[in-house]
Amino acid sequence: MELSEHIKTANVEDVTLRRPFHPALRGTLCVTSHHLLFSDGKDEASWQLLILLKNIDAIEKSVEILFGYPRAVGSSGTITIKCKDLLVLQLEIPGMEECLNIASSIEALSSLESVTEMYPFFYRPSHLTLSGPWGLSSMEQYYKQTERLWDRWRISTVNSDYSVCLSYPSAVIVPREVDDDMLIRSARFRQGGRFPVLSYCHHRNGMVIMRSSQPLTGANKKSCKEDELLLRAVIDGSKLGYIIDLRSAQQAQQARMTGGGFESKSCYSDWKRFHRHHERGKVVQESLIKLVEACSDPSHSVDRWLSKLENSKWLSHVHSALCTAGLVVECVERDGHSVLVHGSEGTDNTLLVSSLAQLILDPASRTVTGFLCLLEREWIQAGHPFQQRCAHSAYSHARLKQECPSFLLLLDCVWQVWRQFPLALEFSEALLLRLAQEVYASNYGTFLCNSEQERCAAGVKENTHCLFQSLLRPDIEEQYLNPLYEPTDLVIWPSVHPQSLQLWTGLFLRWTEYAQNMEEAREEVWSIVKEHREQAGPDRTNNMLSTHCDTLTPFENLMDELTIL
Amino acid sequence: MEHIRTPKVENVHMIDRLTPRKSTVGTLYLSSTHTIFVENSEARKETWVLHSLVYNVERLPTNPSGSPLLIRCKNFHVYRLLIPQEKDCLDVLASLTRLSRPECYGELFCFSFNPNLDKELREKAWGFIDLKAEFSRMGIPSNLWHVTAANHEYRLCETYPSELFVPKSAFPAVIVGSAKFRSRGRLPVLSYFHRDTSASICRSSQPLSGFSARSTDDEQMLHAIMKSNPVSELMYVVDTRPKLNAMANRATGKGYENEDHYTNIKLQFVGIENIHVMRSSQQKLVDVGELPAPSMSDFLWGLENSGWLKHIKAVLDAGVFIAKAVAEDGVSVLVHCSDGWDRTAQACSLASVLLDPYYRTIKGLMVLIEKDWVSFGHKFSHRYAHLDGDPKEVSPVMDQFLECVWQLMQQFPCAFEFNERFLIQLHTHIYSCQYGNFIGNCQKERRDLRLQERTHSLWPHLWENRAEYTNPLYRTDHSQTQGVLKPLTTAYCFKFWKGMYGHADKSVASHQSPADCLNAVREESQQLEEELIAHQERLAQLKEKKTSGGRKKTNKLSERVRRPIPIESKLSSPLDYFTATRSEKHSPSFTLPLELAAPPKNGDPDDLSTCSDFESGVADLSSHSSSAGDDTKDPDSDEAVKSNT
Repeated sequence: MELSEHIKTANVEDVTLRRPFHPALRGTLCVTSHHLLFSDGKDEASWQLLILLKNIDAIEKSVEILFGYPRAVGSSGTITIKCKDLLVLQLEIPGMEECLNIASSIEALSSLESVTEMYPFFYRPSHLTLSGPWGLSSMEQYYKQTERLWDRWRISTVNSDYSVCLSYPSAVIVPREVDDDMLIRSARFRQGGRFPVLSYCHHRNGMVIMRSSQPLTGANKKSCKEDELLLRAVIDGSKLGYIIDLRSAQQAQQARMTGGGFESKSCYSDWKRFHRHHERGKVVQESLIKLVEACSDPSHSVDRWLSKLENSKWLSHVHSALCTAGLVVECVERDGHSVLVHGSEGTDNTLLVSSLAQLILDPASRTVTGFLCLLEREWIQAGHPFQQRCAHSAYSHARLKQECPSFLLLLDCVWQVWRQFPLALEFSEALLLRLAQEVYASNYGTFLCNSEQERCAAGVKENTHCLFQSLLRPDIEEQYLNPLYEPTDLVIWPSVHPQSLQLWTGLFLRWTEYAQNMEEAREEVWSIVKEHREQAGPDRTNNMLSTHCDTLTPFENLMDELTIL
Repeated sequence: MEHIRTPKVENVHMIDRLTPRKSTVGTLYLSSTHTIFVENSEARKETWVLHSLVYNVERLPTNPSGSPLLIRCKNFHVYRLLIPQEKDCLDVLASLTRLSRPECYGELFCFSFNPNLDKELREKAWGFIDLKAEFSRMGIPSNLWHVTAANHEYRLCETYPSELFVPKSAFPAVIVGSAKFRSRGRLPVLSYFHRDTSASICRSSQPLSGFSARSTDDEQMLHAIMKSNPVSELMYVVDTRPKLNAMANRATGKGYENEDHYTNIKLQFVGIENIHVMRSSQQKLVDVGELPAPSMSDFLWGLENSGWLKHIKAVLDAGVFIAKAVAEDGVSVLVHCSDGWDRTAQACSLASVLLDPYYRTIKGLMVLIEKDWVSFGHKFSHRYAHLDGDPKEVSPVMDQFLECVWQLMQQFPCAFEFNERFLIQLHTHIYSCQYGNFIGNCQKERRDLRLQERTHSLWPHLWENRAEYTNPLYRTDHSQTQGVLKPLTTAYCFKFWKGMYGHADKSVASHQSPADCLNAVREESQQLEEELIAHQERLAQLKEKKTSGGRKKTNKLSERVRRPIPIESKLSSPLDYFTATRSEKHSPSFTLPLELAAPPKNGDPDDLSTCSDFESGVADLSSHSSSAGDDTKDPDSDEAVKSNT
């Protein structure tokens, strides 16, 4: 079925559009294969509204018969469109039939599941070419750039045809002394074949963060010699490593009944295991739904609001993620031992914790490029199933399948760190907001599919543009810079006391007046900093407390000129 | 001095609750005014705690390592000490308990505090805030309002200032009659005049109306107030109490205005709870902050259960209602509660902050507090327990006002000239009794205590240090700065004030501060500017030497318009800016050793790693709150398997 066949009515005139911050507009509504367009006809060249149909999470229609309405049919309908970026807008459409047609077209087109029919495969802006590099860095490049890995670690291409682990990238970093056969055996012992691989090597002491899925010990307490050897090779003679299991001890026990399990003390004698309970899947998705629901009703009393905020548990998830990331950092940085992180599948909370720990530990991941590379390595290449997790957002009434806002949770945690260390990250809240939007609906192919293997099969790299590449173009990147950035090599320990964590108003109250005043404040910060930079000369951007010699150079030149006179 | 049982205790541990690793050992000294802890470390860091700031002292059960002592301060700082000998601990406890509860005004710190100012300067300092000038700044038209001498020598109302603004059309007999019909003689008088609409905010106490009483004088007084706004035929009476409370008061011969007796008034209740409800609400809030290892749910539940933010919203709602009536409807408002010195002060001053950009400046907020709170007889000494007295009189009325201003600052980051630090400093000094401004309960009492001769004024001290209290985002020509503020009062706009209540432990230092950073940027910009000018001058001189008709190339550079920066804050370099404020810390007689008064810390890179809640040391790896219990069970053992399946 062609996409266009879903469109029952392509154009409707005399539609009224209502949305936050804007007066109601009257104009023409238009549905195309991938977009919903609205124009008031005054300015032919520009659309007043252009939203990706993929961005539409839920659509509600109410049809009412109006007496004395000028149209012959004497009826009209209102469609409420709720987007995945939390924007809500209303369209008043004259004519009941048109209204229903528009609604059903949107419903059909916004829930397409075939990857190659999605907009990134059709997005062809004139300033981008498909021949450019896709992605920022491959695992091989990462290895080449990270000299501290060369001694004890190697790149393995055992998964080059994705046969060992369907969700892993084709190349992974593993201990040098472990050969590919051992990896294959270890993979058989881990859920989904996700054997332990290197996620991060700490620049200060060479300790590493590994990640994997749960071992398949099962009820019979199976063990796997190769998996044990692999982990022994990770700590390389040091007598201690930490396993952070992202489930409670009881859950880990129960997992054995379904074939999963945990690393037992008898088999992994050098490893000490901690259990940290993290909610996953549906529970987290429901938290998001409850939170957004609470935020969208401004009539709540303070008590009711706080009770709803508490009840959503969203901040509790943020809290646990930061706590566990902090624990990992403490193991690596303060205690000086390597860590293995895993939950059950190793594709959600595992990635959340390992990437947060890196942000806290590693100054390199706090720049714009570094952060995007981190996301690429730890989320996209590492096989977070974006397509399944982000199929629906907070408004959808569809029955939940595999949805879970793990990535949104990561962005929220990063925002909490950014708020506590406003000077330590090179990027600003705007980048996090942009990513929160792109992950659900995008012109770019970056967040398509569930793994490298699927992306390969669908030809994503050949046929779509890369979001990260485009974010790093100098003119674009500027929008996402933190004006107050001052690089620091230190570990930025976030406070995880509940009173230090806040609701991410920039995201959850994005479409309220509250966010508008904040925007003004941000502009003011920029203008102060820009003025300062102008004053201080173009070369000195961030280093505020340094000497003023650069500023003085122009004067020395002037002096020279004068002496020539 | 006779209350000090032991002046010095050695080997005392100062315990850091969140990060026990960072606890320090030192010597504890008790002076007549301060508790001083000096670290044994090389830095010999000193911590000074003013006795009058101590809220209570609690001794916990003695354990093998010593006797723990908890000092809780009125600014919500908590100090945990571990004293080796139980006897010493008991002595310190007894001494501090007595010292922190002065029995008469003469014992207060402000009477012994001497910052080495000569007499003349001190007198000048007391004149820093001039309320007469403030009323003339408001632009009150003299044909409609005037100062009445009715309260000369506090004859009419003991708790009002001696000079009162009343409608010119109100005859002396009406004024006296109205005062007689109002609780404690607190008659309706002008608090704020809004030039743009000619509407005014007046304040009073509740009328003595009971179930049926009326006073034609009071009715005429209100009519006169309404008439003083020539364009309006209506007036609001805002009773800031919940309606039920107001009705209950009628049984005791008080109550509220009967709309049938007064011409064209509209009565509105806004429902701010009484001081007792607020006191217990704040206590619950503070308890939330002291929870040992709260989960997110514990915290949010505690926050909800305290009801604190609900009360903050009620106070702000009252201010918003009044400001809207005055600015948008152009209608004058009379505000009262029971006595007209707590909720009335909150509502009037908040409305003024919303209405008039002047009150959002550093000087303006000082003026506002002096006017609506100090002069109109807010009972500072009772509410903030300056003396050992009736605990039922104590209530965080001013805390709530300051917090409402803070909540507004969160919504309008560019609208206020001052920063959070300023509000917290004000809060501390309202309790500290270091300066004479907030001693006593009304103007008459302060006059009788001869405070101006015997104590110092806080305002000039804050003004001198205003560079530290300036919000870098404030600009007089910014859209948020101008006109009337229209805040949202949706529930989600109200946040927990971490800077105020998050200080249960002294170590929870602020993380990186963007404001400090921006201030530093501005300081440096200004300093570069100065250098620029200096160089230009030098260039000009050189040019003159070389040729008389040299090119005027440099002028272009000086034409760059600079944003005004307080002139007094001329600092030689940003680094000096830090050291300058830091050195002040070493003269504790002048500034309280407060964490928040501490200088910006971004010059010191180590600070980053010192502010973690995580720093519980490796030994504590298992103690993180999320699921601490799980670690002790090792699911490997077969027993565990059995018990769990």
